[in-house]
Amino acid sequence: MSNESELSRSSGTAEWERFDSRERLVRYLLVLGTLVVLAVSWRQMEINYSYVASAPTEVMDLVTRMYPPNVMYTREIVGPLLETINISILGTALAIVLAIPVAFLSASNTTPNRWTYFLGKFIVSFTRSVNVIIWALIFVVLFGPGALAGVLAIAVRSVGFTAKLLGEAIEEIDHGPVEAISATGASTLDTFVYGIVPQIKPAFISVATFRWDINVRASTIIGFVGAGGIGVALQTNINYFKWDAVLTILIAILGIVLVSEGISAYLRGKVS
Amino acid sequence: MDGSWERPTAFYNRTTKYIVYALITGFVLYSFWDIRVSPERFVRGIGAGITLVSNMLPPAVTPMQLDLMVQGILESILMSIIATTLGIIVSAPVAFMAANNLAPRPIYLAGRSIIAVTRSFHELIVAIVMVKAVGFGPLAGVLALAFKTVGFFAKLLSEEIEDIDTGQMHAIEAVGGSRMQVYLFGVLPQVIPRIIGLSIYRLDINLRHSTVVGIVGAGGIGITLLNSFQKYDYQYSSMIILVIVAIVMVGEAASAYARRRVQ
Amino acid sequence: MLNVKDVEKVYDSGDRALKGLSMEVSGNEIVSIIGPSGAGKSTLIRCINRLTEPTSGEIWLDDTEMTGLSSKELRKTRRDMGMIHQEFNLVERLTVMENVLSGRLGYMSTWDAFRRNFDSEDIATAREVLRRVGLEGVENNRADELSGGQRQRVGIARAVIQRPKILLVDEPTSALDPETSVEVMDLLTEIAREDDIPVLINIHEVDLATEYADRVVGLSDGELVFEGAADELDERAKDVIYRGGETREERDAAKAAANRSASAGE
Repeated sequence: MSNESELSRSSGTAEWERFDSRERLVRYLLVLGTLVVLAVSWRQMEINYSYVASAPTEVMDLVTRMYPPNVMYTREIVGPLLETINISILGTALAIVLAIPVAFLSASNTTPNRWTYFLGKFIVSFTRSVNVIIWALIFVVLFGPGALAGVLAIAVRSVGFTAKLLGEAIEEIDHGPVEAISATGASTLDTFVYGIVPQIKPAFISVATFRWDINVRASTIIGFVGAGGIGVALQTNINYFKWDAVLTILIAILGIVLVSEGISAYLRGKVS
Repeated sequence: MDGSWERPTAFYNRTTKYIVYALITGFVLYSFWDIRVSPERFVRGIGAGITLVSNMLPPAVTPMQLDLMVQGILESILMSIIATTLGIIVSAPVAFMAANNLAPRPIYLAGRSIIAVTRSFHELIVAIVMVKAVGFGPLAGVLALAFKTVGFFAKLLSEEIEDIDTGQMHAIEAVGGSRMQVYLFGVLPQVIPRIIGLSIYRLDINLRHSTVVGIVGAGGIGITLLNSFQKYDYQYSSMIILVIVAIVMVGEAASAYARRRVQ
Repeated sequence: MLNVKDVEKVYDSGDRALKGLSMEVSGNEIVSIIGPSGAGKSTLIRCINRLTEPTSGEIWLDDTEMTGLSSKELRKTRRDMGMIHQEFNLVERLTVMENVLSGRLGYMSTWDAFRRNFDSEDIATAREVLRRVGLEGVENNRADELSGGQRQRVGIARAVIQRPKILLVDEPTSALDPETSVEVMDLLTEIAREDDIPVLINIHEVDLATEYADRVVGLSDGELVFEGAADELDERAKDVIYRGGETREERDAAKAAANRSASAGE
């Protein structure tokens, strides 16, 4: 025993702290601060506690009303589902068309001057920062309710993302092969097809399929503000409390989302 | 001597390749036909667009609207904070369940299924269901965003856990640590930086989403925006949109900065 | 005393890594396990504290039979076996002190472990152990800041602080340079003598094995093919250990080479 006490004296102290007292203070304050922010946030939201209390029963009620899903309803949602997919495909295609000039504007090596560069960057970040449902709201005002508004909302929302990634691919083009092909006496078009296209095609395909995958999810909800697709049917059924039909729609959405994710991943795997 | 050469293709053969291309082209054309866009309608839309833009400019608010807007924005921010915290608390066990190096097969599959379902639905679909379940207001929004957080956070965290150095874990097992102690000492220290980075990232995403879930009644600034559109008060709409864009951009920059600092 | 009886390990892939192996380790002897890679050396060490689950057989540590233990009892018994790992297996992002103290986790509640609320006696011991392994003053460094040799010393400290009845050492030097290897082996020997515990070392460098071990055990293809004092390990014994595990082609080639050298000698 005496040996041990001598030992602890000789080696300084039996106390060991991972942090010194100032570090510890800072850490406690950080934790405390986070807790205070959370508590204040919660109080500020003025949540109706009777809603909270009844939530479990409400959810259970919802589940029992949903199950079993309305199988008969399946036939009626084929049309809206196809429209949803159409919106996502056309929206993505249009986004790519719109994105190509923007990509050249926002890529530092291809933009004509500083102002066009900033214009390009502005388009990229502005279109990305406005949620697709807000774009849908705007385009429904312009073109009336329907799939057209949806396609445009999806397209405009996707421009920034697509242009950014395409621009990066364009910036990374290796000029060696391009020069080599033009040195063989090939025409400008030949040089483009043999020197440039092979270099950006993989990025092009993977950006397009990746964005399409995201857009399939987005197309399922723009119907909430009248921009076409399965969202219209979903909202109608929710408003009429037809929960068994709602579950059918949710299952269908889950299906197309998983399938599109699979297709997109497969295609991206193919090109990389 | 064989004078013919065909470029190998990523598809099964050339016929398949052209069939795939034809199918894609055909489907796009069909889509185009299906939504029935007529040129006049498009031109009318452009005209309406010019009118709308001139109605939107300049963005303006009355003092009462400003008050509503500030309240809505504040609510969105608070919702995103609470939803992120709640979502992460729920995600942590799901992430451990969905890591195939830690969890036995049935639990792993359960974890993966939770992730697949929470990831597949768009936040507005979750929000609209939550509104029916718990009533209008921010609670529905918080639950919807927390639900979406689980899919995102648990997926990425479980991938990180699957990549850990299992030697560190085995060392804690070998000293006789309990399962919880193995997680605390052998796993958690390895994934902490990732947890912090993902939390900040997710807070940013939730902030974005919290500005729109109000459109289906789940609290935040979204409902104010929808009302302004329905009242044709486009100057107010444009003001709200600008503020949302500003907040989203600030959030993104702050999040990117914070993640760089952490890593 | 550690007593391994007829232990067999068949992996899910069908590989029979251990084919009914028995051995004993006691007192404060240092036992080296040698053999070609794939002979089952690591599997044996890992089967003893059941990081790898043996398929059949018995493992006795004093009066406790390991293979039949429930997971709770297993954890208790593992506290009595210190393990030193091949790639150190330190928790890289924790401090040296936390790594050493993690050797006491088997004695702590999860709640205390969560709060890093270590026993002050353990902390004092940790300081002492760190001094013993020559690592004074680095306790607040993170483990990933240390050199390989320093890391292995932390690994040894983590095992020693368990106050184990035996040390299981799995390829302690394979990730180290020769000079550091010798230091680590010196340290292990010293600990065995001072703490009066046996050390079972799985090691592929035969020179180090014979230099430090009291007894050498040779494994080949999952079977024990040699057992004896370090100086009994002659060329013939090495042949048995290292040639036994070869494929037929290699054996034939070796035979041909032996014939050639024999005829050249005549």
